[in-house]
Amino acid sequence: MNAAASVSAPAAVAKRPKRPRGSRLRAAALALPLVAFIVVTFIAPLGTMLVRSVHAPVVADAMSETVALLGDWDGGSLPAEAVFATAARELLKAREDRVIGQVATRVNRVQAGLRSAVTRTARRLRGLQPESWRAAMIETHAAWGEVDTWRALLLAGERYTGRNYLHALDLKRDAAGDIVAQPSEQRIYMALLARTLAVSLAITLLCLLLGYPVAYFIAHAPPGRANWLLLLVLVPFWTSLLVRTTSWIVLLQSQGVVNDLLVLIGLVNDDERLALIYNLNGTLVAMTHVLLPFMVLPLYSVMRTIPATHMSAAASLGAGFGKAFWRVYWPQTLPGVGAGSLLVFILSIGYYITPALVGGRTGQLISNMIAFHMQQSLNWGLAAALGGILLACVVALYLVYDRLVGVERMKLG
Amino acid sequence: MDTQDPSRRPTSGEGAGAKTADVYVEFNGVHKTYDGVTPIVRDLHLTVREGEFLTLLGPSGSGKTTCLMMLAGFEAPSAGAIRIDGRAVDAVPPRKRNIGMVFQNYALFPHMTVGANLAFPLQVRGLDRAAVAERVHRALRLVRLEGFEDRHPNQLSGGQQQRVAIARALVFEPRLVLMDEPLGALDRRLREEMQFEIRRIQRTLGVTVVYVTHDQQEAMAMSDRVAVFNAGRIEQVDSPEVLYEEPRRPFVASFIGDNNLLRGRVAAVDGDTCDVRVGDVVINAFMVTRHEVGDDVVLAVRPERTGLVSEAGTYTNEFVLRVEDMAFLGDHLRVLTNIGGHGFVVKIPNIVGHGGVLAGEGVHIGWATLDCRAMRPPEDESSD
Amino acid sequence: MLAGAALMTAGTAVAAESLTVVSWGGSYGRASRLAVLEPFSAETGIEVKVEDYNGGLAQIRAQVETGIVTWDVVDLETPDLVRGCDEALLEEVDREALPPAADGTPAAEDYFPDTMTDCGPATLFYATIVAYNSELYPDGEPRPNSIADFFDLEKFPGRRGMRRLPQVNLEFALMADGVAHDQVYATLDTPAGLERAFHKLDTIKDSILWWETGAQPPQILADQEVAMTTAYNGRIFNAQVVEKQPFVVIWDGQVLDTGGFGIVAKTKKLEAAQKLVLYASRPEVQARIGQYISYSPARRSATALVTTHKETGVEMAPHMPTSEPNLPLSLSNDWEWWSDHGEEVNERFAAWLAR
Repeated sequence: MNAAASVSAPAAVAKRPKRPRGSRLRAAALALPLVAFIVVTFIAPLGTMLVRSVHAPVVADAMSETVALLGDWDGGSLPAEAVFATAARELLKAREDRVIGQVATRVNRVQAGLRSAVTRTARRLRGLQPESWRAAMIETHAAWGEVDTWRALLLAGERYTGRNYLHALDLKRDAAGDIVAQPSEQRIYMALLARTLAVSLAITLLCLLLGYPVAYFIAHAPPGRANWLLLLVLVPFWTSLLVRTTSWIVLLQSQGVVNDLLVLIGLVNDDERLALIYNLNGTLVAMTHVLLPFMVLPLYSVMRTIPATHMSAAASLGAGFGKAFWRVYWPQTLPGVGAGSLLVFILSIGYYITPALVGGRTGQLISNMIAFHMQQSLNWGLAAALGGILLACVVALYLVYDRLVGVERMKLG
Repeated sequence: MDTQDPSRRPTSGEGAGAKTADVYVEFNGVHKTYDGVTPIVRDLHLTVREGEFLTLLGPSGSGKTTCLMMLAGFEAPSAGAIRIDGRAVDAVPPRKRNIGMVFQNYALFPHMTVGANLAFPLQVRGLDRAAVAERVHRALRLVRLEGFEDRHPNQLSGGQQQRVAIARALVFEPRLVLMDEPLGALDRRLREEMQFEIRRIQRTLGVTVVYVTHDQQEAMAMSDRVAVFNAGRIEQVDSPEVLYEEPRRPFVASFIGDNNLLRGRVAAVDGDTCDVRVGDVVINAFMVTRHEVGDDVVLAVRPERTGLVSEAGTYTNEFVLRVEDMAFLGDHLRVLTNIGGHGFVVKIPNIVGHGGVLAGEGVHIGWATLDCRAMRPPEDESSD
Repeated sequence: MLAGAALMTAGTAVAAESLTVVSWGGSYGRASRLAVLEPFSAETGIEVKVEDYNGGLAQIRAQVETGIVTWDVVDLETPDLVRGCDEALLEEVDREALPPAADGTPAAEDYFPDTMTDCGPATLFYATIVAYNSELYPDGEPRPNSIADFFDLEKFPGRRGMRRLPQVNLEFALMADGVAHDQVYATLDTPAGLERAFHKLDTIKDSILWWETGAQPPQILADQEVAMTTAYNGRIFNAQVVEKQPFVVIWDGQVLDTGGFGIVAKTKKLEAAQKLVLYASRPEVQARIGQYISYSPARRSATALVTTHKETGVEMAPHMPTSEPNLPLSLSNDWEWWSDHGEEVNERFAAWLAR
């Protein structure tokens, strides 16, 4: 091994000045696994999800003829018998192809209540040869006798749809096709998004408030002690997120350590224990703790580069600690403050495990809604649209940061 | 402490307690230790006169920077007192000492322009905008950087940064300026240029400067007086000329310029001079400190104070020494010889006729009694 | 090498005869294992590995869509059985192959109405009921005994446990508000009715502790974190009878659900999986579950076979949701209504929760 290394090293040195094509290709080839990795694990899934947020081809494919016929329909009265017959045939076919569930889901999202119309009709019409498909379909489900149902079917037949994004913005199309706000009791995503941004901002500020002195202390401690302190910051970083979050439950729950202490010293009555967790407070505390290292590390790496003599110089020039700090030290840490804040903010926007565990009812964030649609309602299109909006927020934030501070000044560590 | 040695010559610097009207800074019995055991600075007495350029010179770890930091207020003495302008400053924080300070790496604030760097101490003192601008301009003119107000420090060369740092230390018109190895980061040429520059500025303003360096040439070139530090103590405080010509301690003799140091034992005493046996030879020397027969002493002979003996009897000390090695250095020859078992360097000017003398195996050289100084050996070695 | 090869062959043979069955864990999971899975293994020699989950189709969907199917049979709620079937996440099961009752009645007639799907029949009925800890309501003082009492904070103060879903909770709310059982879904179907249900939930919103898994309600009840909670009746039964907890079930307004095994689409062990589904549909197997937990069989002929609790000898009938006098107090979950409106209502529920 050693011999091989010592032989090849001079060769590499000798080649460097020339940089022939072969070596450049080889260098590119070495980066290829990483590029492939990023494409496969990041860009491709991201792209797929974004496509999914607007691409909904299932009805367009499964009921293409019906949708085509409905294109010529006047929309005022019930469609002609031929449309019913085609719809019935395609519904039966969809059932045979086992895509009826997806068709039903898609139609139901356009107009709630039609899932059963689609699935029940497909189930009951099997093997029938009625004189009038119209009569038979209306008999299995009254919804087929309503014009709105067919309008919904036509809308569901759109291959590309902005519906998920409208939905994610608490908007919808009304019967006339105009974009209007959802009824107030159905509005949730914008409020959640606002809460998510506010909570993320609060967490960022808390992390800055708590992390800045810590980073300062570590950066200016003697090297030996600094390493230990840094280790203390990093140990939680290496601990399972679940363990950290659960330990907060142990501390903060109503029968937890903090409440016990407060009761013990008489600050709180035993029957009036504070609700410190399973609410917004729980989310704030636990997430601040979880994300603190992401603030401390960039700050530390920036502070370490600021010579101690700067503060001494400021003092020798007549400035007290406060003035020296604000005018000399703080401005120099801004790249770290920016990097840490951006990191913490972006991470908190997308956080979901911690709020899910300790957020209770009022501490849920938009990512919990995304998880809900991914895992429970299986409305991946909406989940993707919500994700797309979050992505847009992050990109916007990044651009603002770039404009205000300059990304090249960011120091991550 | 050695600076108080009763036998020293009257040309030496004044000692502790020698409080005259023009004394500006005074260290009185200052002791500094960080762990309570290892002393960094021991029982230090030193005064700096008003308007004086005093350099603290010594190898790294000798305590000179710690002294400077105590003076600036960044370190507190473990014992003893420091007075500035007659006032004890133990309880005065650095920002209230009104001392200009130039740091080793300048400590310019990188996020501020040159103008803002200079304006900082003035704004802190609450000067109005016009006064600030006026003083900043004047300070920049003083260091010959007019028109550099809007540059950032990273747009300046090392020498320019140095000038800005000096201007910043002076702009609020302190009476005392401290400089901590300010030229250490510059290349040799720039360093020499800046030495003159700093000296010029100091003379122009008449401020008192306490300057720290480990470079003896720099200390010699710039200072009114130099305090030579060794292991937490001051070995000698004197003008550069006196330090060079009349070192009182072996450390000073070897640290300032070249010197051959020879260990020997006093064989005979005659007034200010003595005979010292070094190995198998006896050397006649001038006694810096008083010695008795049988005392161990160190002799110091500067290489350039030796001369070729063309006619026997020219010097009080004359020897034929074997040449062990030789280097031609243009204007002179460096010849390594051996005397009484000690290596001995002789410096021979490159003038006509001298080359021939060296053709043989031995070289006949000599030196005067006054150029050979007998002094007490360093304390840490005197016991062996 | 030879030994290794032999082992590998043996390994493959075993793998072909083993099934991964996913169920709900807890006392129900135990009952299912003892009453169904272990006897099934004993009879067929097919090894069964049991995993737990929390319901829903998400993991099945992920497995089917990625083609990495590691679950073979999943114990599902009937609405998910239907929906999974519609979305081709589950394999179809031939209704004709289901065994008849002991007296020869065909399976189609022996099963209770709405318990058969194209992807397999339900195995049992379970109920969501309200239970309370009798220690909190001493003798001589009034005790809650109706669903209306659950919503009455003045008469019965204390926190309430509810599952963090709109399902069942909206029905409870309407019944407590005085809507007749047969009008519950018709009411929910109107905007005003839905509003009415949420409005009723509003009255106790601040006192609700939300639970998410079936094991939580007996726990929070035992810890007295809540005075009353909704729960699955089998879990409460287990706490009452096995753990001797002083819990009392309010049968009024109980909401009946059914559940059964579904076969994950594209499983490599289709044959063994089908064997299990058919085994679980036998009346005597369904009845045997009733020896371990108070969930009643989905077949009429099995209902008569339920006797006593195997481990304690307790008479099971009073604890069964479908037995007299509990059945008349029940409401059957209209999962078709929920399949039509579930998403919309879930969203509204989430918005309501967040407010």
